[in-house]
Amino acid sequence: MPPDSLTFTKTNWNGTRRSSYFPVIFSVLFLLTFVGSYRLAQVQPLLLFEAEGRRNIWKFVAGMFPPDLSWDFLRLLGRPILETIQISLMGTFMAVAIGFPLGLLATSSLTFKGILNEREIAGSRPRALFHKASYLLARAVLSLFRTIPEFVWAFMFVRAVGLGPFPGVLAIGISYAGMLGKVYSEILEHVNPGPLEALQATGASKPTIVLYGLMPQALPNVVSYTLYRWECAVRASAILGFVGAGGIGQQLEISMRMFNFNQVFTLVAILFVMVAGVDALSARARGAIMGRQRI
Amino acid sequence: MYKLDRVSKVFDGRIVAVDELDLKVRRGEKLALIGPSGAGKTTLFRMLNLTIPPTSGTLLFDGLDIGRLYGRRLREVRRRIGTVYQQHNLVPRFQVVHNVLSGKLGAWPLWRAVRSLIRPAEADLAFEALSQVGIPEKLYDRTETLSGGQQQRVAIARTLVQNPEVILADEPVSSVDPALAAGIVKLLIELSETYRKTLIMNLHSVDLALAYFPRVIGLRDGKILFDLPAAEVTDEHLATLYAGSQTETTEEVTGRAELRPVRACQPHLTS
Repeated sequence: MPPDSLTFTKTNWNGTRRSSYFPVIFSVLFLLTFVGSYRLAQVQPLLLFEAEGRRNIWKFVAGMFPPDLSWDFLRLLGRPILETIQISLMGTFMAVAIGFPLGLLATSSLTFKGILNEREIAGSRPRALFHKASYLLARAVLSLFRTIPEFVWAFMFVRAVGLGPFPGVLAIGISYAGMLGKVYSEILEHVNPGPLEALQATGASKPTIVLYGLMPQALPNVVSYTLYRWECAVRASAILGFVGAGGIGQQLEISMRMFNFNQVFTLVAILFVMVAGVDALSARARGAIMGRQRI
Repeated sequence: MYKLDRVSKVFDGRIVAVDELDLKVRRGEKLALIGPSGAGKTTLFRMLNLTIPPTSGTLLFDGLDIGRLYGRRLREVRRRIGTVYQQHNLVPRFQVVHNVLSGKLGAWPLWRAVRSLIRPAEADLAFEALSQVGIPEKLYDRTETLSGGQQQRVAIARTLVQNPEVILADEPVSSVDPALAAGIVKLLIELSETYRKTLIMNLHSVDLALAYFPRVIGLRDGKILFDLPAAEVTDEHLATLYAGSQTETTEEVTGRAELRPVRACQPHLTS
């Protein structure tokens, strides 16, 4: 006969609550770091509101209106706009071409750990070391690519291949390869290993396992992040113009140097439209690839 | 087909999953493995299908010492062993046809594997295999839309397409509706009969093991407790096998064993 209602008798919990000090320590450290950084970076938000500051901001903003929409100016911009988009596209393609293979190598579950590698490496120390070395090398290269700012890459490439859009493409290609590669490797590490084990057990080779087991699972995240990076590339290629790497960045730099804020406003507005357009396009591309995909 | 000689598997230098096991399996045999959770059944299977190497001992497959195999030769031998998993391990995003045809990946060159993703090569073979398991109409459905039992059948179809000499089934029905479990076990047995394949199945359900398999092995703590024809497995054997395990009490196991004669006529189940 089940009871009419559940009653709880008050019993004393005799066990010990296993507490660790880690959350407390972590919170304290976090707070200290926050406060320390605040002071170190000389964060003074009130400065923004002081009279001097307000006046300068106002001068800057007022100088932007009315935006320069003269035909003489706009005529100049057609080609740089196209160039910026092209740089971002080519740069992203190059980043994927370099970043993806490196990302594969930088995935420990593909290179030297886990059941995909256990039998290959078992009992053979040189082979194991070789696999691990290639993994570490790939990670180091990706890290190097990432750490050097696009700006610096662009600067170096302008010295190497001259002014124009090409150094911009190279700069984005290499630095974004570092970012894409790292994120790809993290996505690939976290796929469900079950299908991979099953494919390996049928005698499939590693490239086939990657194609049939890893990629289908990783595809949504890979596509999503790559499209996001393309959007970043559009903004980056605008900035790289500052070192002469083509696109509207070059014009932006000129206008800013000449304190021609009306033109700056126009350029920024154009950039905004471009980024918004890319954003919308990539959302549609993402939907098409993931939603209606037949595979 | 298989000859295991004092095969052990030790993890992290401490955890002994399989303890100096000796086993002989002849070609074409049908064999069920039973035992409590953690007995080492899945570890043994992963060694049998060449996923992980034994820590010590020799494992011979069709006379080949698998410890010596690497690279391409290893893959060729893996192709001869098919595995059906408890979690089916299919790729959910794929259409069923691609999952079924992935059984052929051991035989296909890379370019054909790539092209098949665009247009399935040997789609008729996949259709044939799906008909064998009873769900031919699902050929182009997305795998994740199928039910658990249907997905398991797709996994079996994948193994059929692979056409191995041995089928290893690691608890193929533990994730399936119990009402359909007997149907799937029967299917695997019939397929191994028809195509003359060796079948080794890991089972949680003692009833299914004793009802369908001529040879039953009880595994506990990485050792073989008994290796007998099904008819000779007694309640005492089962009690010792499952003694103290938390999965079921000994009364439950022996009680079920008494019901065995009644269960002999299994209803024919289709999914």
